[in-house]
Amino acid sequence: MNYDIVVIGGGPAGLAAAVAAFDAGVRDILILERDDELGGILNQCIHNGFGLHTFKEELTGPEYAARFIQKVKDRGITYMLNTMVLELTKDRHVIAMNRENGVMDIEAKAVILAMGCRERARGALNIPGFRPAGIYSAGTAQRLVNMEGFMPGREVVILGSGDIGLIMARRMTLEGAKVKLVAELMPYSGGLKRNIVQCLDDFNIPLLLSHTVVDVRGKERVEGVTIAQVDERLKPIAGTEKYYPCDTLLLSCGLIPENELSRDMGVLMNPVTNGPVVNESFETSVSGVFAAGNALHVHDLVDYVSEEAGFAGVHAAGFVLDGCKDEHRSEIRVELSGGARYAVPSSIDPKFVPNGVTIRFRVGQVMKDRKVCVYLDGEKVSERKRRIMAPGEMEQVVLTGAVLAAHKGIGSILIAVEEE
Amino acid sequence: MYDVVIIGAGVIGSSVARFLTRYKANICVVERTEDVCNGTSKANSGIVHAGFDAPEGSLMAKYNLMGNRMMPDLAGELDFPFEQNGSLVVCLDKDDLPKLQRLYERGVKNGVKELELVDEKRLRELEPNIGPNAVAALWAPTGGIVCPFGLTIALAENAADNGAEFMLNTKVLSLTRSADDTWTVSTDKGELVTRAVVNAAGVYADFFHNMVSESKIHIAARRGDYMLLDRSAAGFIRHTIFQLPDKLGKGVLISPTLHGNTIVGPTAVDIDDKEGTNTTAEGLADVARKALDAVDKLPLRQVITSFAGLRAHEDGHEFIIGWVKDAEGFFDCAGIESPGLASSPAIGLCVSDMIAERLHLHRNPDFKGERKGILDPKKLSITERNALIKSNPAYGRVVCRCETVTEGEILDAIHRSLGARSLDAVKRRTRAGMGRCQSGFCSPRVMEILSRELGVDMAKITKCGKGSELIEGLTKDDFTGETL
Repeated sequence: MNYDIVVIGGGPAGLAAAVAAFDAGVRDILILERDDELGGILNQCIHNGFGLHTFKEELTGPEYAARFIQKVKDRGITYMLNTMVLELTKDRHVIAMNRENGVMDIEAKAVILAMGCRERARGALNIPGFRPAGIYSAGTAQRLVNMEGFMPGREVVILGSGDIGLIMARRMTLEGAKVKLVAELMPYSGGLKRNIVQCLDDFNIPLLLSHTVVDVRGKERVEGVTIAQVDERLKPIAGTEKYYPCDTLLLSCGLIPENELSRDMGVLMNPVTNGPVVNESFETSVSGVFAAGNALHVHDLVDYVSEEAGFAGVHAAGFVLDGCKDEHRSEIRVELSGGARYAVPSSIDPKFVPNGVTIRFRVGQVMKDRKVCVYLDGEKVSERKRRIMAPGEMEQVVLTGAVLAAHKGIGSILIAVEEE
Repeated sequence: MYDVVIIGAGVIGSSVARFLTRYKANICVVERTEDVCNGTSKANSGIVHAGFDAPEGSLMAKYNLMGNRMMPDLAGELDFPFEQNGSLVVCLDKDDLPKLQRLYERGVKNGVKELELVDEKRLRELEPNIGPNAVAALWAPTGGIVCPFGLTIALAENAADNGAEFMLNTKVLSLTRSADDTWTVSTDKGELVTRAVVNAAGVYADFFHNMVSESKIHIAARRGDYMLLDRSAAGFIRHTIFQLPDKLGKGVLISPTLHGNTIVGPTAVDIDDKEGTNTTAEGLADVARKALDAVDKLPLRQVITSFAGLRAHEDGHEFIIGWVKDAEGFFDCAGIESPGLASSPAIGLCVSDMIAERLHLHRNPDFKGERKGILDPKKLSITERNALIKSNPAYGRVVCRCETVTEGEILDAIHRSLGARSLDAVKRRTRAGMGRCQSGFCSPRVMEILSRELGVDMAKITKCGKGSELIEGLTKDDFTGETL
């Protein structure tokens, strides 16, 4: 089998990348999706708030997905469901498998990695105690409740204040469960402010910052958990333990990009994002292999996923239509200072982004009264005030085509978070 | 009437049952939980010890050595994962070198082959990532690793296929000796009459022994916390790395597993609660600290799960294997802690022979010692795999992403002898849910398959037997659980 572009993953990133690649002129595109429908994790996100940037209206997850699925269908883009990619090779052979075709060796001119992410599991958190039924990652619970109509439990404690955990606090409450509290190890929430207000505050669900689960009781099914306060080194403080009877513990303690395929094929990874290192074209260290969505870095808003994936699709199409331009590359690393932990893309060759480029990043801790400045060759080209910056909120700077054009031949790009 | 009733379907009960089916006998294995391999046998290091630890002349030494030698052939016969990866006892302090020397001498006396004391240079060749404190090691190429689920389930399945009955979810309540030289085993599922009883009840073996004998024994539950590292840490260490043993056991080991994970642990804490399989923060911290003593750069951040197991520690730290003197027809397999897993084939073989002799059992001409495990399509060539998928498309549908387990394997696990009935039972047989996401993605799918194949309502699907139901009902239920 041969395709110009193979997209691994039919979630929001994969769909947007495929649509954009098609619109850029490539016709021979295949989307491989491991689940039984397109749309990815959006299908279980039945709350609204999606699409404000992309469609200028508030949609639910399935509605947002449906718009992109429709675009894929309108364009006649091929996709295979229930299809698992087993292996990617450096020369862009995609080994995939499903019931109908068995194991397929698909040769691609370009590959777009859009596998999404997974939730950090209980084991990775080293939560001591028993290992009974009733401990779910928030996303698994979300799938059970929203897609399959099952209640994981009735009395719920949530560890971690990631967005899915916050959303599920509200969801479980609306389904008649009692959500006793959300405990967060860090002194700040990992989720969006709007979710804390709309999902916890509006339902009087307490959020205990600097708290964690130090014991799980119940041999068969969860009977309760012990919560304790932690110190600055995140170690539980003796004497602060409090026992909460419950039948369910939901975990929302971080998302990890799924990049086993990328790693195995030798793609250079960023240890901060756990996603591939990409340039302005969203191309990884392996020529012709692009990355997008939460496999690249974990996003807060699907709108930005779609936008970035669109660029990845356009550049993948360029790679197919115009060929590899690696020999003409002269990349400038994006330097960071003042608390930004990473930047995506992490390097830029201005000549490949004549219309400009958006660089997204996160800070490592909550910071107040800052400004985000961009310096090209030491010259400040933009400055934006930020009253509050938090790790749970993705930040961005835009280098417009005009700014880049005015600074031809630059040697350095610096994003500096500075005190006001 | 049964010839033999075995209490406990752990690795020892299953092994005794399997080797007993070589004889013509009515055998029944009574297990209180919902699956075989559900106690100590499922939560241990999975090591086939070379045999240098146990005191010379002890039963531990005898059965360990014999079990170690039986394991390769048995793995072939019963198709379970086993590898002789070799083990190293690492000495981290020059002052301890005499202890290493003594361990070596004991091993030689026990009959361990190819045992060798190696200097630091050779140690670093064998194990390049060993920490800077290491000064020498005892190198035992005959040490191995086995999948403890694979071994136990293979033994049990083969026993069942050769006619042994397994009564799961069945609790033994009392044992009484009748005037006609039979035992009546009272369970919560009724009474069983048998000529002989084998006590393979793990941490509860003292409970049953003391029920029938005036010569009391005591078995402590010695808890060990473990951590398991993701496959991305595979290859960081190659052999099973021990530190010098202390009085509570063999200490914290680091070992590759047969599925590419790295196991780290255990601690050793005696507890009163025979159900106390909870990990503790101190225990896990202790495991981490001690592991780093030997391998300072061990990537502990790659931990995907932690768990605790209970060793059945008898006060004399020795296997108790034999007929109980004041309880005619009652056979003890008690105090089976490390090297119990390594010893299990030898214990099964010898115990079955002792029982056959006493009961005058005849050879079973229909015994089939070979068993095929669940087919792993990953081991097939692409052509073979495609032929398989063509004949059974379920092998083309991946259910567990992390471990690439297909629906075909899960169906096999459910429908073969002693088939899986719960999420954990599927996990132990197929590895679905054993990977880095720890069943986050596949658990709803596996629940669905279990529900469909067993014809059981989703609300009754459990993690590990009754009481561990995974869901509490439908979203549209009211608070009382009744459908509106």
